[in-house]
Amino acid sequence: MSMTRPDTNGHFQSHYIPNTTDEQAEMLATLGIDSIDRLFADIPEEYRNPALKLPAPLSELEIQRELGGMAAKNRSLGSGPSFLGAGSYNHFIPSIIKPLITRGEFITAYTPYQAEASQGTLQVIYEFQTLICNLYGMEVANAGMYDGATSLAEAVLMACRVTKREKVALADTVSPAYSAVIHTYCQSQDIAVEVVSPTNAILDNETACLVLQYPNYFGNIEDMQGLIDLAHSNGGLAVVSTDPTAMGMFQTPGHYGADIVTGDGQPLGIPSSYGGPYVGLFATKQEYIRQMPSRLSGRTVDKNGKTGYVLTLQTREQHIRRERATSNICTNEALYALASTIYLAAMGKQGLRQVAELCYHKSHYAATKIAELPGYSLPIDSPFFQEFVIQCPVSPTDINKKLMEENILGGLDVSEQIQNGMLLCVTEMSSQDDITALVAALSEFK
Amino acid sequence: MRQGGNRQTEKLLLERSVPGRVGTILPDLDVPAQPLPDSTLLRDDLPLPEISEPEVIQYFTGLSQLNFSIDTHFYPLGSCTMKYNPKINDEMAFLPGLAGIHPMQPAETSQGALELLYKLQGFLGEITGLPAVGLSTLAGAHGELGGMLMIRAHHLANGDNGRTTVAIPDSAHGTNPASAAMAGFDVVELASDSDGNVDLDALRDVAGPNLAGVMITLPSTLGLFDTNIVEVCKIVHEAGGLVYGDGANMNALLGRVKLGDLGFDVIHLNLHKTFSTPHGGGGPGAGPVCATNQLEPYLAAPIITENSGKYQLSTPEKSIGKLSGFHGNFGVLVRAYTYIRTLGDAGIKSISGNAVLNANYMMHALRGTYHLPYDRTCMHEAVFSADLQKDRGSSGLEIAKRLLDYGFHAPTMYFPLIVHEALMIEPTESETKETIDLFIQALIDIDREVTENTQLVNDAPHTTPVARLDEAKAARQPNLRWQPEAAD
Repeated sequence: MSMTRPDTNGHFQSHYIPNTTDEQAEMLATLGIDSIDRLFADIPEEYRNPALKLPAPLSELEIQRELGGMAAKNRSLGSGPSFLGAGSYNHFIPSIIKPLITRGEFITAYTPYQAEASQGTLQVIYEFQTLICNLYGMEVANAGMYDGATSLAEAVLMACRVTKREKVALADTVSPAYSAVIHTYCQSQDIAVEVVSPTNAILDNETACLVLQYPNYFGNIEDMQGLIDLAHSNGGLAVVSTDPTAMGMFQTPGHYGADIVTGDGQPLGIPSSYGGPYVGLFATKQEYIRQMPSRLSGRTVDKNGKTGYVLTLQTREQHIRRERATSNICTNEALYALASTIYLAAMGKQGLRQVAELCYHKSHYAATKIAELPGYSLPIDSPFFQEFVIQCPVSPTDINKKLMEENILGGLDVSEQIQNGMLLCVTEMSSQDDITALVAALSEFK
Repeated sequence: MRQGGNRQTEKLLLERSVPGRVGTILPDLDVPAQPLPDSTLLRDDLPLPEISEPEVIQYFTGLSQLNFSIDTHFYPLGSCTMKYNPKINDEMAFLPGLAGIHPMQPAETSQGALELLYKLQGFLGEITGLPAVGLSTLAGAHGELGGMLMIRAHHLANGDNGRTTVAIPDSAHGTNPASAAMAGFDVVELASDSDGNVDLDALRDVAGPNLAGVMITLPSTLGLFDTNIVEVCKIVHEAGGLVYGDGANMNALLGRVKLGDLGFDVIHLNLHKTFSTPHGGGGPGAGPVCATNQLEPYLAAPIITENSGKYQLSTPEKSIGKLSGFHGNFGVLVRAYTYIRTLGDAGIKSISGNAVLNANYMMHALRGTYHLPYDRTCMHEAVFSADLQKDRGSSGLEIAKRLLDYGFHAPTMYFPLIVHEALMIEPTESETKETIDLFIQALIDIDREVTENTQLVNDAPHTTPVARLDEAKAARQPNLRWQPEAAD
């Protein structure tokens, strides 16, 4: 229990509060009352000032000890070889990102509604929109969504608005977590979600969109041109959730004609952080901008002709359109849109390509080595980027327990979809020694 | 102060790009190169900038300096709770054992993270009096969607298919009707009475077999504690509906009342307001949902459960499903946990006490200069109208912009919608009396300027990096990305 000066009621007061008891007394005297409690007289008395069963306050030193202890109970990605992906990826984060995003001017600013006082944030969003368009080969991108899953779900809702159709074809190669979020978002909207196999999906003229993941959940590069053409064949849209790191190498979804492209920006300089905060990426074609969810920063001029940036096309949004808005989204993940923008600036044209190539070569090297082990095989014969499924001789969960004994974080058990399947991810963070250690540990199972 | 040379921020990243510059060096490939896929699968061009590391630092540092922020300016933006964001919170969220863990790693290897989340669920349940807590929703509006889907699921589970209407006060945030619509409800607007409370007669008119529930913000966006709130909850419950609470304004009520005791069934909290986590220029937030035990089975997945000292992710029995990719905005949840641990019960009460004291002190000092449409004890914020100044030639917008010249961020303007020329001011508990006094003086000075030099006010701001921006042009000819051909 830390001790500090009391407030006017003799209670502990946080060091985040400047008012002294004298100042409080002075302010209360101005108001003609004698205690802070009097300000709460509108609350029915029987419910007022309940005792809260919360632990006693800690000093900063004690906080560091308590949280440090909790952190020590977790196995972090940096503490040993790690091969888990499936929607959250272990990539190199340049050291410049943290000091920039924790600058008070960025991290303690609000949403840039007051444009003249928020040009930094607004210009960052404009840069973000530009770079996401270039990454995905799309015409327009927004200021970001919550995460990859909600971005994809909102894209599905948007496709239904654009086409005025209420049926969705969802590829069974889309992440189960993303698929679950789509189902939640559609449950109350009278939208029928049908899970289809992309290789033999049949779409009709009531289908609003075909929803794909690129590379797909199992890491594979599907026949994007064929699938996007299929989506268009009956007047539907192609909605593609796309890993931004793969865009360092692979053809853009825009090139194939995708209508809405979403993704999770986490691989672009954002720590895994047990699943969030991340940032949802969302890009589309110019013709659909008025159906887009979330904020947009637009370039304009001030009254002296100087270039500046404002939030624009706000009549799509909840604070103007209320129940007829394109989405309820308000607060998004601006700080992590900033992190992604800094990442793309620092990596640049060469760096992102290099990251993608390192992931490609290392994962293919690992896949080849594992496939040579007795009892192991690669069950899917298709190009892949950085993730791939191996078929194991025994249960992947049992293997993972053994791997963890050697401080190796194995892949995701996907045996529900593929018998004894393990989804592995190898990024630039894994050295040859890490891969060799994984292969050696796997070889103990036959 | 203006930066010289290349430290200016006018040129965008792609305009600064110089072929051959690199911002990061990566390790060489340490495994044999593997065969590449068919070249038709690969892209030719990657239009990203080529910039060195020092330039990246200079550019983004320069951009940051164009912002107002809590750390640099008083930021009394109503309903946004722009309080001090403790740095220890950030430090804890960046600990490698918290920031560096994978959301899908086995529970045995993430017990510390799960323990923190489990305890946070308990803290938030205790503070709100609504013990069933889910942390997976990623912002306030996201929590609203989750809570409204729970209300829908509850009625459907009771075979109550006809409850399709949600009533929302005319003072509500836009997210409320938008979230209700996303959850599949029809929205009807509830009038406020002359004291700023929900009009009970208007409520009784809609409280029937079609009513799924109401969405109430407490204190309201007028900054007022609705003295009818217990009656509001009673009327809704007697009609078979449920009461949703928008917790955006919880900073006023921390430790002063539990919403569950008043009759709320399900609410969300904005950790990025009440619980001091930084807004980040528009996020990340976190919008945990707190509900009665009766609604617990419907919570979004996952929630954290404990069994003999072991923590795990669980899916509630009749869950509305998943609303986010993983388990919530963990980094934000760590910050909120840290904040609550620094406060305890008395510390929590000191937050609301000082926030409400500061707001009333400010309101009292400005009463008479600016019109107060609801002249009652306020909670954490006060809503004025600039009607008196508008009569003399300057609108609320113009007064707000003029405040920027005094070095203060503008209040929330033109909201709530039921107050003409609204200026909604929230000083928070973390500002000094000196700052609040200077802000009061600035508003008094601006009022005088409206009389003496209307044009000075109406042309404001004069001292910001850009002057008043042409929003109409931005909307008429949307320019939403930089392209070489569009460069000027």
